[in-house]
Amino acid sequence: MSDPRDNVQQEFLAEAQELVEALSRDLLLLDEAHQRGERADSALINEIFRSVHTLKGIAGMFGYKHVGTIAHALEDLLDDLRLGRTSIGDPLLDVLFDSIERFQRLLALEDPQAPEEGPGVEAYVAAVRSIGTSPAEEEGDPLDQYAIGAAVLSVLTEYEEHRLRACIREGMQLYRLRATFDLTAIDDSIETLRDLVQDDAEIITYLPSLEGGDDESIELVVLLASRVPEPELKTHFEGQYGSVEAIEEQTHLPTLQPSLTSIPADAQSTSPQPDGDPGHASLRSVAESVRVDIRKLDDLMNVVGELALVRSAIGRVTERFSGDPKHRQSLRELDRVGHGFERQLAELRTRILDVRMVPLGQVFGKFARIVRQAARERDKQVRLVVTGANTEMDKLIVEELADPLMHLVRNAIDHGIEPVSMRESLAKPAEGTLALNAYHKGSNVVIEIEDDGGGMDAHKLRQAAVSQGLLTAEASHELTRQEMLNLVFVPGLSTRSEVTDMSGRGVGMDVVKTNILRMGGMLSIASERGIGTKITVTLPITLAIIRALIVTIGSRTFALPITAVREAIPYVPKDVRTIEGREVITMRGETLPICDLARLFGFRRATPDDSRFVVVGSMGNRDLGFVVDELVGQEDVITKSLGQSLSSVRGFAGAADLGDQNLALVLDAPALFTEYFEGPDGLSAVERRP
Amino acid sequence: MAFHILIVDDSSAVRAFVRATLEDADFARVEEAETGFEALQLLASNAFDVVIVDVNMPDINGLELLAFMKKSPRQQGARKILISTQVDGSDAERGADLGADAFLEKPFEVDELRTLIRSSLTPVEEVSR
Repeated sequence: MSDPRDNVQQEFLAEAQELVEALSRDLLLLDEAHQRGERADSALINEIFRSVHTLKGIAGMFGYKHVGTIAHALEDLLDDLRLGRTSIGDPLLDVLFDSIERFQRLLALEDPQAPEEGPGVEAYVAAVRSIGTSPAEEEGDPLDQYAIGAAVLSVLTEYEEHRLRACIREGMQLYRLRATFDLTAIDDSIETLRDLVQDDAEIITYLPSLEGGDDESIELVVLLASRVPEPELKTHFEGQYGSVEAIEEQTHLPTLQPSLTSIPADAQSTSPQPDGDPGHASLRSVAESVRVDIRKLDDLMNVVGELALVRSAIGRVTERFSGDPKHRQSLRELDRVGHGFERQLAELRTRILDVRMVPLGQVFGKFARIVRQAARERDKQVRLVVTGANTEMDKLIVEELADPLMHLVRNAIDHGIEPVSMRESLAKPAEGTLALNAYHKGSNVVIEIEDDGGGMDAHKLRQAAVSQGLLTAEASHELTRQEMLNLVFVPGLSTRSEVTDMSGRGVGMDVVKTNILRMGGMLSIASERGIGTKITVTLPITLAIIRALIVTIGSRTFALPITAVREAIPYVPKDVRTIEGREVITMRGETLPICDLARLFGFRRATPDDSRFVVVGSMGNRDLGFVVDELVGQEDVITKSLGQSLSSVRGFAGAADLGDQNLALVLDAPALFTEYFEGPDGLSAVERRP
Repeated sequence: MAFHILIVDDSSAVRAFVRATLEDADFARVEEAETGFEALQLLASNAFDVVIVDVNMPDINGLELLAFMKKSPRQQGARKILISTQVDGSDAERGADLGADAFLEKPFEVDELRTLIRSSLTPVEEVSR
């Protein structure tokens, strides 16, 4: 048996990570509101406080001294902020954003007490403490004016009391909402209640009735501050939730101070439930989320794959009896059951995939900090605009995406957006805009990184490629503008003699591109001088399941990920020409290089030449036609890796189960592109269209 | 028979820590609640020997739970321990008035928790259920 403490340690790390992620997301929202000049949402500030507060508490218990020290300093600052003793400004946001990276680094340390981290932490804490607080002016306690009752005030936390005061100062009216909730469904009821009050009211707290309740239900008094007039509030809540009463100002109705401890008639009349099984109701949990290792979901997906094989095997056995008339009735029934099984299996697959999805906001959240930091270092003004942060993708892809996207964001600030003085001389707004947009497009997610900076100089890229010997001067003159721009993805090319510390980091655009292609994605670039640059990344929503075009090559079945396929056209042997040793055809006036996969794999062709097809693949801005024997159709397939022993075989991304006792190899389109265009010497990346 | 203990805290790491500390010693049966609502469910149908409550929770806070337990017939025998941090200072003071028997300041250590639980409890046979 393992030491229970190990699991507890894991629990700590998982929770700490979650808290830091939540903090990062919430800070982004806070920053956005601040940049727009809006007042910060008090609930959001409280969330931020709570993340740091919890982190501090648990860091101390699990020996993460430095995390605890930093969280402690921030907690004090945030407590002042939520209690209105200080206000939001750039210095405050800077230290908050700065904390994310520190927390992440410290949580990854092998020795959480590492003494060498001490000085850095001390300096940071000093910076946090230097952010002064200005005491809020106190002008008499507004709570005194209301008949809230000592019993209620004694159970409010300092923060709740503060919110109560703030709401009164904002002219909101206070209400008591009394309602009896079924204990087994209390979470849903509360959620519905929250949705109802969302915009025009604030729930200060929920007070359990002091008289108890019974095993099945409980009366809660909800303390509510609202701008909605009383009659309207009553029509909203009464009937559905119980009674609504306004808490009057003392001077008006001092005698009508309602006692919180009184039980409404309906609650009294509820007969006590027999105490047959006291533990029963308690086993149900209100919190309805669990944390799951993504590998467990992979395992589940594998089981779904196995079930599909079982289904196929049953189908095979059934077929043996198909010619026998005396089994006809049973076969029909079996067929029906089989279809039901398939439907449920598809449903199961969809549900499992759904669990893997997380919003892209998880990674976008990290960029607010980077943008601020990079802009400050470069002395530029940059506004980050994010749309589609709720777009969901597979957790694994989102994780893998963080680094390539970060590089693109840094590049946009470093090389794209101009310094303020230059922008002003160009009559552009002093503040540059960096937009991150995400949206769904079919079974893909598209992410755009767009800046309104100086744009890329295509001719400079071409000159750099020639002077670095990546391209002959002669060949370079035949490049289209788009092809010149694509030079930025060629390994070894940099437009600057010195690589800056920001976009440098040993990772160039070629590495970004390779990483995106490895995830089955695509990358394209559009840029106009003086106007800006837009990089578009297209990725599959998940890697666990892909939509594939099923083809045959030499009587074997293959799957080609649909993300890489643009279209398919009939193969016409007489149209094939050879240019520089490569076969090409002309499609709509454009020259398209083609690759005969049967020949590449060394298969004998099973189909006459004139009934074959060309599947046009597209990666980034490059097209390549794959010549195949037959097109079978499109299918969603679960891919499985080929395993360790076959990991060195190039050109195949895995195997897919086609559900009808057939397995297909999944063609690795990016690898085939690389193999074809770059070949063994790798320098012909600058493929040109004559 | 082991003591029946409820830990109410919105941090799963704290709950896991308390459970591991107390169940490790075969000393107690620990139940967990992540929210005040969840705690109300458990309190409505169980008699606990010790209830450990974090003061600073969203929606229903620890003080409100203390006030609830004070009146709840089922929880009259329960010892109540309030968890707080330095920043919750004045909130913890209110806890004393609401019947908290002991306080535990975060971050706390394994031994601190064990000692506190032992000293909070009367011997098993004297605990009225």
